[in-house]
Amino acid sequence: MRWGLVNAVMLIGLVAFPFWALAADEPFMITLATRAVILALAAVGLNIALGWGGLVSLGHAAFFGIGGYAMGILASHAQGYTPLMEWPFLIEGTKSMPVIWLVAVLASALAALGIGMLSLRTTGVYFIMITLAFGQMLYYFAISWTAYGGEDGVSIYVRNGFPGLNTLVPVEFYGLCLGVLLGVLALNAAVIHSPFGLALNAARQSPDRVRTVGLDPRRLQLAAFVLSGAITGLAGALFADLNRFVSPSMLSWQMSGEIMIFVILGGTARLFGPVVGAVVFVALEHSLGGLSEYWHVFLGALLLLIVLFARGGLIGLVAGRGGGS
Amino acid sequence: MTLLSLEAVTAAYGPAQALFGVDLTVAEGEVVALMGRNGMGKTTTVRAICRLIAAQGRLQFDGQDLTALPAHRAARLGIGLVPEGRRCFRDLTVAENLAAAARPGDWDARRVEALFPPLAERRRQRAGSLSGGEQQMLAIGRALTTNPRLLILDEATEGLAPLVRVQIWEAIARLRAESGMAILLIDKSLREIAAIADRAILLERGRSVWSGPMDALSVDLTTRYIGV
Repeated sequence: MRWGLVNAVMLIGLVAFPFWALAADEPFMITLATRAVILALAAVGLNIALGWGGLVSLGHAAFFGIGGYAMGILASHAQGYTPLMEWPFLIEGTKSMPVIWLVAVLASALAALGIGMLSLRTTGVYFIMITLAFGQMLYYFAISWTAYGGEDGVSIYVRNGFPGLNTLVPVEFYGLCLGVLLGVLALNAAVIHSPFGLALNAARQSPDRVRTVGLDPRRLQLAAFVLSGAITGLAGALFADLNRFVSPSMLSWQMSGEIMIFVILGGTARLFGPVVGAVVFVALEHSLGGLSEYWHVFLGALLLLIVLFARGGLIGLVAGRGGGS
Repeated sequence: MTLLSLEAVTAAYGPAQALFGVDLTVAEGEVVALMGRNGMGKTTTVRAICRLIAAQGRLQFDGQDLTALPAHRAARLGIGLVPEGRRCFRDLTVAENLAAAARPGDWDARRVEALFPPLAERRRQRAGSLSGGEQQMLAIGRALTTNPRLLILDEATEGLAPLVRVQIWEAIARLRAESGMAILLIDKSLREIAAIADRAILLERGRSVWSGPMDALSVDLTTRYIGV
């Protein structure tokens, strides 16, 4: 009951926020909220692997960056009227968001499949290290990829388009991103209550027990890792579109750490946990960042308190312990 | 027809050998008790059957070589395990525990709840918050929803209150009577086992030392090998 109320308040808050920002004549706040919503989407992706799958991935920036580069590459070719490739068949760039999203999701899912197949041979600290290593490999590859700007990244002049919307209007782009986030949250809720989600949760609790009921924990975790990477990749495409810019920083280990912080801060394995985490992070960044460039000190202190005294994250503090999904 | 067959099975935990030669068979619809004192290799034998530890020798289920299979594939052949210490998925509710591993067949959540009525009342409660007896019922129910051909019950009544033990034994008796499922029982409750099992196999220091019908199990054997 209490969880339902907290989730409903979050939902209403996200929908009502741009109306408040417009009424208060704070249009910049809408862009800030869009950033929070997109980062929340990335964290919702990680939460599937980390929260329900128990997979501590320190390489999710790889998928975030792949999504970003999917946008950057397709859009830069479209704006330059140059094809991506001409042989053996012609592939043109595009400024269409649905097409970019599809490419971002497929590319990051494919990368997650490859990385997951190798990483899931290990557990614990080795899994963390391998995912980190893959992330760093892609980061340094992007830096050396001069065709797409190398360290400087890729800029696009105009935000990509979505049928029926003017994505250049902040409130419309916010609505689009929020719609994607809510759609993914609904998918997430359906997945975690499906037999697959229950088995994944069970595999996190005890791989051996899951084996004795005829399920392969590694296969379950791989499927979760791929779904998780695909969602984070989609967030990467939206993030790059928000900034009209993609650079190797999207692939950095700091980015992986930030996405993980959103999940832990908000509450792991809680449906709206990553949303709360991302919103609080962006709010702190905006409010404290203006006071000092060392605002991360305060974030660190908050994270320490959460980890020590509120295992359910900020959302768990408000709604109490329990499912929340 | 023989469902499960073990011949000269050996197994070790690292350098420590735990099984030195176990022979065991369970036929379709048969209830077999695997008995012995603590530390004689009963649970290790179960872990070897379920492929949770590497074992050598001949292990076959329904004519298929178990040693070539990973644990989850062995389970999918129709081996359902109720592990020692219950071990439900504590963070999942009763209903979710029963749904997580369910496979098509006669046994579904409704039939499990009919066998164990307390589970129906606690359907939305987390497994970790159930009493020991209810957790044991759930562990049996979870194994049943995989619709096994052989159900392995490892110390299913250990550490439970006498009244709950009676409920569990009644349920096992009903299982036997109503489903005709093959059951491998590991327990020390000689009186209850005698009422249900067809045969017994005694283990001593990792070896099977005696096998025969329950009524041939003499006081001398039970004193020597089970300690009761």
